[in-house]
Amino acid sequence: MNTIVNFLFAAIKAGTPLLFGTTGEIITEKAGNLNLGVEGLMYMGAFVGFLVGFYTESLLLSLLAAFGAGVLGSLIYAFLTVTLKANQNVTGLTLTIFGTGFANFFGEMLIAATKGGAPKLSAKFSAKLAEIQIPLLSDIPYLGRALFSHNILVYLAIIIAILSWAYIKFTRAGLYLRATGENPAAADASGLNVTLIKYVNILLGGGICGIGGAYISLLNGNGVWNNGCVNGQGWIAVALVIFASWSPAKAILGSLVFGAFTIFQVRAGDFAAEFPALSFLSSIPNAIYVMLPFLVTAVVLIITSITRKREGAQPASCGVNYYREER
Amino acid sequence: MKQIVSIVMALALLVCAMVLPSCSDSSISADEIKIGVIHIGDPGAGAGYTYAHDQGIIAMQQNLGLKDSQIIRKNNVPDDDAAATKTAIEECIEAGCKIIFGTSWGYMETMAALAEQYPDVIFSHCSGYMSNDKNFNNYFGRIYQARYLAGIAAGLKTKTNKIGYVAAMGIDNAEVTGGLDAFAKGIAAVNPDAVVYVKVTNTWFSVDLESQAAEALLDLGCDVIAQHCDTTAPQLAAEKRGVWGCGYNSDMTKDAPKAHLTAPIWNWGVYYTSAVEAVLNGKWQSFGNYFGGLKEGFIDISPLSDNCEPGTKEIIDQVRQLIIDGKFEVFDGKQIKVDGTNVTVVDEALVDNKGNVIVEAGGSCLDDKTIAFGINWYYKNIIEA
Repeated sequence: MNTIVNFLFAAIKAGTPLLFGTTGEIITEKAGNLNLGVEGLMYMGAFVGFLVGFYTESLLLSLLAAFGAGVLGSLIYAFLTVTLKANQNVTGLTLTIFGTGFANFFGEMLIAATKGGAPKLSAKFSAKLAEIQIPLLSDIPYLGRALFSHNILVYLAIIIAILSWAYIKFTRAGLYLRATGENPAAADASGLNVTLIKYVNILLGGGICGIGGAYISLLNGNGVWNNGCVNGQGWIAVALVIFASWSPAKAILGSLVFGAFTIFQVRAGDFAAEFPALSFLSSIPNAIYVMLPFLVTAVVLIITSITRKREGAQPASCGVNYYREER
Repeated sequence: MKQIVSIVMALALLVCAMVLPSCSDSSISADEIKIGVIHIGDPGAGAGYTYAHDQGIIAMQQNLGLKDSQIIRKNNVPDDDAAATKTAIEECIEAGCKIIFGTSWGYMETMAALAEQYPDVIFSHCSGYMSNDKNFNNYFGRIYQARYLAGIAAGLKTKTNKIGYVAAMGIDNAEVTGGLDAFAKGIAAVNPDAVVYVKVTNTWFSVDLESQAAEALLDLGCDVIAQHCDTTAPQLAAEKRGVWGCGYNSDMTKDAPKAHLTAPIWNWGVYYTSAVEAVLNGKWQSFGNYFGGLKEGFIDISPLSDNCEPGTKEIIDQVRQLIIDGKFEVFDGKQIKVDGTNVTVVDEALVDNKGNVIVEAGGSCLDDKTIAFGINWYYKNIIEA
């Protein structure tokens, strides 16, 4: 039983940065802009968040800085695609390359500037990211450990995902956002400021991606900065958007599933050892688990394409720039 | 007339082309030699694989008193990109390099091909298996000897008798598996009851997976986490849980001061110095492939931290001397027995975890080729988890 509990606990932790990235990308895509720069935004958030945490020892400032880095990164994207109407795919890819280089370049400088070992967050800072036992709930046998004794950022990710879901689905601003993403011409005709809506949501989405990056640099490296730390998780987040069919609420479940696939790579053997019925797990090549998230994404894509449901489909204008003159 | 002139010019060029290479055959002085280095990463990173190699290059430069301008570095050359590798190497050749070091596995075949094309340039490749007995060799080290010593420190430290090992690659990779087997045998020497759980990440670099694998091992009850992977994440994960670990590549005591015991490390400078010296002295032809160990000072363990059990140093120092003297060779039919701090060598068969006998009791050590490329079994106390 402990194997399952520990597995679930680890899967949730592994899914959290994905959840930030996915939520951010969903908001961006809902505005009609496909931002393939999630990886880059996460890198920028990862580095800036770490840097500020390293020097100020304030978690709040660190997260705000990571958010700000994501906002600035996506501002580049928004300016190019919304204002200058540059190709969204190319711009996003460029942003990925830029963000990766940005983090690794300054990361190296930080490493070089740190005397006596790699840059490491202070114990005081890391204590703020310690696992929190939620009163009462964490006392529930098994579930308490798996679900209610995580660090604060795990809960923040879920809260942001739920708020984003409510924002998109229930608020007036969310309605404007969806209208812009589905049919910017109609939104424009009805008097909405399409450019402003796109800007606000792209920046918001980018900022959330940035926090996801900070999660990686603050927690996954156990408090030490590593160049190359994001390591493709931004891309998994992009795939997860499709898996979650553009709903931040479904993304919570999706990130857990994707996190579980990741953790399976290192824990499949534990299941095989504990449950004789699952002994076949240890003979499955690791590559299968690496492949599964993308395989499942492809299947979801196929299913949604066949059923052609309006709900849960990609926003109609996503990836296409809006030219007012061609209305 | 023009035709005659052009023919004469062409002939003159031809003569020059034939004469020039023969000039470069003469031995080269330390003032003029240029050395090319192809790095997969950036030596400025301050830690890790490329940094360690570059420290070796710098040590060689200082040992031989070379100028900065004599070292031509090509950084961030991806080793899965043959075209980029070729370009980087040819740039070194154009700059006049006499010897070129390629520090990553994937450069091997490009270097082999270029060695045929440029017989006057010496190519030296790290970690591969190809060479041509002329101007292309490979170099690597008996890191397994250091891992055996680290295993002793880990075996003495563990309280739960469960030791975790984060392995970058699975059982098919002889470099990783051989190191793990040596580590496990070192543990068995001082703690026959301990077992080693191994988790494979299938990547040489992933902060997340390495950290997650370490956490999975900690959940199994392991209280020493060793690693054959690049980041400090496993050591820090161990420190977070208040247990111990053995790093790799660099002295990770500075990263995880409360957890780290010792780490197997490379002194690449030992090889780089002797290789360039051989070129300078005109002794390259007899230099051959290089597989240095504790004896040459090419590999060792980092200084034992205060986290080690008392008495660890006394035992390890004796075992190190036995290995240096050739009285114990790790992959042979012998084993170290420890009684207090009294170290003896006894005959013991080398057995894998499926019960197969690899080397009979008292048998001689596996040959270097098998050690480098043929170890794909796990030592008897290893459990795949």
